[in-house]
Amino acid sequence: MALKTEPFVVNIGPAHPSTHGVFRMRTTLDGEVIVDMEPVFGYLHRGIEKLAEERTYTGVIPLTDRLDYLASMSNNLAYVLAVEKLAEIPVPGRAEYLRVIMAELQRIASHLIAVGAFLNDCGAFMTPILYMLREREKILDLFEMVSGQRLTYNYMRVGGVSQDVPEEFIPALGKFVKVMPGFIDEYDQLLAENEILLARAKGVGILPKELAINISASGPVLRASGVKWDIRKADPYSIYDRFEFDIPTGTVGDCYDRYRVRIQEMRQSVRILKQALEQLPQGEVRSDVPHLLRPPVGEVYGHIEAPKGELGFCLVSDNSIAPYRFHIRAPSLINLTALRDMIVGWKVADAIIIFGSIDICMGEVDR
Amino acid sequence: MTVFDPGFSPSSGYGQTLPPDWPGGFWLHWGVFVVIILVFVLAMVMGFIYLERRGIGRFQVRLGPNRVGPFGVLQPVADAIKVLLKEDIIPAKGDKWVHWLAPVVAFVPVVMLFAVVPFQDGALLADLNIGILYVVAISSISVVGIFMAGWGSNNKFSLLGAMRTVAQEVSYEIPLVLSILGVVLIAGSLSLNDIVKVQSIPFILLQPLGFLVYFIGACAEINRTPFDLLEADSEIVAGFHTEYSGMKFALFYLVEYAEALAISAIITTLFLGGWRGPVLPPFLWFLIKVVGVFFLIFWIRSTIPRVRVDQLMAFAWKCLLPLALINLLITGVEVLVLPEALPWTIIFVNLAIMAVLIALWSKFFQLGGGRVEV
Repeated sequence: MALKTEPFVVNIGPAHPSTHGVFRMRTTLDGEVIVDMEPVFGYLHRGIEKLAEERTYTGVIPLTDRLDYLASMSNNLAYVLAVEKLAEIPVPGRAEYLRVIMAELQRIASHLIAVGAFLNDCGAFMTPILYMLREREKILDLFEMVSGQRLTYNYMRVGGVSQDVPEEFIPALGKFVKVMPGFIDEYDQLLAENEILLARAKGVGILPKELAINISASGPVLRASGVKWDIRKADPYSIYDRFEFDIPTGTVGDCYDRYRVRIQEMRQSVRILKQALEQLPQGEVRSDVPHLLRPPVGEVYGHIEAPKGELGFCLVSDNSIAPYRFHIRAPSLINLTALRDMIVGWKVADAIIIFGSIDICMGEVDR
Repeated sequence: MTVFDPGFSPSSGYGQTLPPDWPGGFWLHWGVFVVIILVFVLAMVMGFIYLERRGIGRFQVRLGPNRVGPFGVLQPVADAIKVLLKEDIIPAKGDKWVHWLAPVVAFVPVVMLFAVVPFQDGALLADLNIGILYVVAISSISVVGIFMAGWGSNNKFSLLGAMRTVAQEVSYEIPLVLSILGVVLIAGSLSLNDIVKVQSIPFILLQPLGFLVYFIGACAEINRTPFDLLEADSEIVAGFHTEYSGMKFALFYLVEYAEALAISAIITTLFLGGWRGPVLPPFLWFLIKVVGVFFLIFWIRSTIPRVRVDQLMAFAWKCLLPLALINLLITGVEVLVLPEALPWTIIFVNLAIMAVLIALWSKFFQLGGGRVEV
């Protein structure tokens, strides 16, 4: 006798403990198995692209803080790089180094949240994420020293950074760089070889290489699928060609690979930080840039390797004080387009960890 | 000395625990123990909540509650007052009666479990000669309450949680019972008081595999991590109690901890020698062991992630069930063939067998489960 069953629709989100913000998955379930999923977003739409078109080029920077609020420094960097490319503004050497230091610290901070939240989604009752928040606090302390803020830093400026670092920053950073590898080892000891985690994450939510390239995924999601693509190496911006680091890649493209790639990337970031700290020159941190910047007519696309993937800003200038068109290529949104292909056929619990392993930030998806 | 004490004769039924000169007879005994059990359960649950929150705080590199009273000991009281003052909400399209009854149906059997748990020699409400059977039977009633909660809430997450509960608890009941049988075979009695009396060596040493299976099964039975699927907060919000608030939610919270307390007490009785122990008074020994088992439970909770629903079922049927059956077979053979063997020989043999079996299973049994084509 065959039981008659019917699929039923469950709204996972927008208010759900593990949708990392206000994302909504309209899932159709057959028992526990997900047969269909329709992503719904836009709950956090603030019209940042339109707002930016009403502001001066320098006044847009605080808005970029609010994109991926877990990686404000990277957003700042991507935006100022685009403006500098458009208006051809030189950047002093010390400022370049400071920018790299901030961007790499921010990458570690963002990956800590990503890995912690992923393990939390696996059901590890808050312990891993609290261990990771402990080190993120240290990074936030460093950011507070340089910018006075702990979330929206607004630190970078067109033509440099807002101010030089205080004198206690360099010793504090040196100490952080020294202890961080030990803490990353600790994170590995927490759960990396745990039998339940392996059973939950290995082979789950595979994103094939071809699909990853087709949807133009980037960042750890793409690299976990085995594509060695990192903008820091592929199209070096700022001064990344002066540092030595590797690009960790996965093999299968499952949740476990994405988790491992992030842990490896933290190690590489510490490596970059070490070199940057050694090479850090003295001098100016900001070149002379007028407040009302009028870049020549033109169009520019500046992109960086943000923690979550390729973050790009497309600016169109009509020689006025505000950008004529301001577009953001948000890595979270584009990585999210693979979600349906990854979770259909898996169970509810898998859907949550697959979603967690993509590591999105709704501030960036909806902007 | 042999494991199977020849001088021992199982008690014949209810009434033996009452001393002949007990004033008031049955009803006074009944009244006193009902009060003792209720006070014990409520006080211990408060203590457990405090202990778990502080303990997990330590595990998670934070402090835990430390504001209310000295070291935060009054935090559970503050929580209780808060929860009493909360609004009681019944979902508009929920089944009102089922929704209302569910916490009661879940809570009552848990308290009833303590009727047969000996706090010290003879100090128990009813020394049933089928004590352990009573425990197994009563403890499976809570499932009904949880399913009622999931059904009556008219919430899809609750329903998912409730469905998971039924599948999980029915499956885990089987290895659970089979692992208890090993203890019963050695003790030669179903009465919990008698089981404690024959434990000159704690049965955890004679039945290491049985203990392991029982402990894992019990964790699943009381929905603690890694088997807390029915209230998996990262997946289905809060599972069956998503729609509960106020005192009804508090009852479910109470059930969770009272179940943990019951399981700790039963593990103590069956495997850790109950109230037996040197120097300290028996009741204190009982408490120490109960808290020890509970510590193990929340240590696991704060350490490992959750399994998936299909892996959970596979684990029960493909791993725990065969292990429990093998354990039963070996114990049976030992009781039949080697009743005169030295306990240390049996301990050594059983430990070796457990090591071999676990090595075998961890090599050949994979917590797999994969994608379903849709």
